[in-house]
Amino acid sequence: MTTWLLRRLVQAVFVMLAMTVIVFVGVNVIGDPVEILISPDADQAERLRVIAAFGLDKPLWEQYLHFLGGVVQGDLGKSFVFNEPALRLIGGRFPATMELAFTAVALSVIVGIPLGLYAGLKPDGLLGRAIMAGSILGFSLPTFWVGLMLIMVFAVQLGWLPSTGRGTTAEFLGIQWSFLTRDGLAHMVMPATNLALGNIALVLRLTRAGVRENLGLEYVKFARAKGLSPSRVLFVHVMKNIMIPVVTVIGLEFGSVVAFAVVTESVFAWPGMGKLIIDSINVLDRPVIVAYLMMIVVLFVTINLLVDLMYTVLDPRVRLDGRE
Amino acid sequence: MREETPFRRFVSEFAASKVAVIGFVVVVIVALLALLAPLLAPQNPYDLAQLDIMDGRLAPGAKSLTGMVFWLGTDDQGRDMLSGIMYGLRISLSVGVGSAVIAGVVGSSLGLLAAYVGGWVETAIMRLVDLQLSFPAILVALMILAFLGKGVGNVMLALVIVEWARYARTARGAALVERRREYIEAAECLALPQWRVLFRHLLPNCMPPLIVIGTIQVARAITLEATLSFLGLGVPITEPSLGLLIANGYQYMLSGKYWISFYPGIALLVTIVAINLMGDQLRDVLNPRLQR
Repeated sequence: MTTWLLRRLVQAVFVMLAMTVIVFVGVNVIGDPVEILISPDADQAERLRVIAAFGLDKPLWEQYLHFLGGVVQGDLGKSFVFNEPALRLIGGRFPATMELAFTAVALSVIVGIPLGLYAGLKPDGLLGRAIMAGSILGFSLPTFWVGLMLIMVFAVQLGWLPSTGRGTTAEFLGIQWSFLTRDGLAHMVMPATNLALGNIALVLRLTRAGVRENLGLEYVKFARAKGLSPSRVLFVHVMKNIMIPVVTVIGLEFGSVVAFAVVTESVFAWPGMGKLIIDSINVLDRPVIVAYLMMIVVLFVTINLLVDLMYTVLDPRVRLDGRE
Repeated sequence: MREETPFRRFVSEFAASKVAVIGFVVVVIVALLALLAPLLAPQNPYDLAQLDIMDGRLAPGAKSLTGMVFWLGTDDQGRDMLSGIMYGLRISLSVGVGSAVIAGVVGSSLGLLAAYVGGWVETAIMRLVDLQLSFPAILVALMILAFLGKGVGNVMLALVIVEWARYARTARGAALVERRREYIEAAECLALPQWRVLFRHLLPNCMPPLIVIGTIQVARAITLEATLSFLGLGVPITEPSLGLLIANGYQYMLSGKYWISFYPGIALLVTIVAINLMGDQLRDVLNPRLQR
């Protein structure tokens, strides 16, 4: 276990190093670093000063080491727009995105699993087939368009829900949260639903497939033969086995939920880091772009590690160190 | 009695699903609408001489000052939405299909190479595929467009970089099975050049799964392009795809002018669903594991 964890940590460090190289090459070789580091309205003297200060006249590998040094110390430059350290800026928006992402994942489990169980138990029923047909829409509908339609129906036509922003927030552990106030919750309903749609479809399909596969297996017959109630067989015995793939996929999908929050946040003007990155790309605020990318890489590597760990807890058959 | 050829069998198996046939028909209609837009559209939405700003934001069914009926309404510039959608389909489809084809060629070649050569080449290519697929497509595309800036060419490049890995993985998987077959051994015994074995013998036999992936990837590419354009990072205003049309209507939606965003979205949705329905049936027909 310890050996495995160590090996994975070393691997994670290498992936992160590889990403710093990609981001560095992207910013400094493909893009123009002078344009990135200096605001567009700087004069010539300022340009030369910054070029010297950042060592842009030095060889590339030396520049890379300098960049890496900054990354390690958490110094990724200042945002041109907000004139604040880029990393702090991203960090400030981080809770809003996480709140939205976690709510969306929770929604996809709460809605997806019951629907999937039903569709799995009654695959030929009218409702079961309708659920499956609906899940195809969940995959096919473009997220941003669904968001627009939600706004049109529930905010413009019916006027039930607010369409933009986080609403009133309340402080908890020194961070502002929306889910603690009524108004904040109302603001969260549409963005969270929008972000969850694709994953509801995914969880639903996985659960349905799991139910259909497991119901035919020996252990289910045995449990029934033992005289257990059908609900106990389903919710205790079958459920445990379905949860393995579902948890893995939810864990792995958490990263894409955070990535897709970029779209949802833009539609609903949710002030998270996804909205910030789009605004930053549009005004070429590149220190913020770099900070966002590095943050996302760290997040992804962490998620992958956690999912693997969780896997062993849920399924004791998986041995991480590879021994039989 | 007609002779049964592999193609005829394929057609009859595909036609076994009515939904898939409907999907195919819709895809053909959409493609024709896009191709023939200059002939069919009531108006050329890029020809400023045909536009009148006085016709701006008219509701569906309204008439223009010159008596033309705007069946799907107009946008803020007074463009007929129906024409705008037909021209937008041209951009969306060409970007989607174009990037899927390029990604298919690049990805399949690398996948075949990995399976055929093996060794460190295979390791290097497949590690790259794993790394690529561990990040969501939208994120990789955002990153590339953040570095390169927007534009049709850059969007296509981003889509190709996002998509190639799936083809590579599929091609390698298929090729690993096929390369152990006798016909490859026979070709090698004939001392044919390696590229010929690779592309004339191995590739055609790896095509079925690649066609399935390709169909689904076209739908994915169209969605992703629309998303990127909606975010303002995709195609420029001068070449509006469906995503950009939807984005243009966003600001008018809060005042109840739904049609500017709604109809392009429906066009996008119908296209994607139709392609996916076709892809589903193709997977069933072409999947060698399901064949008798």
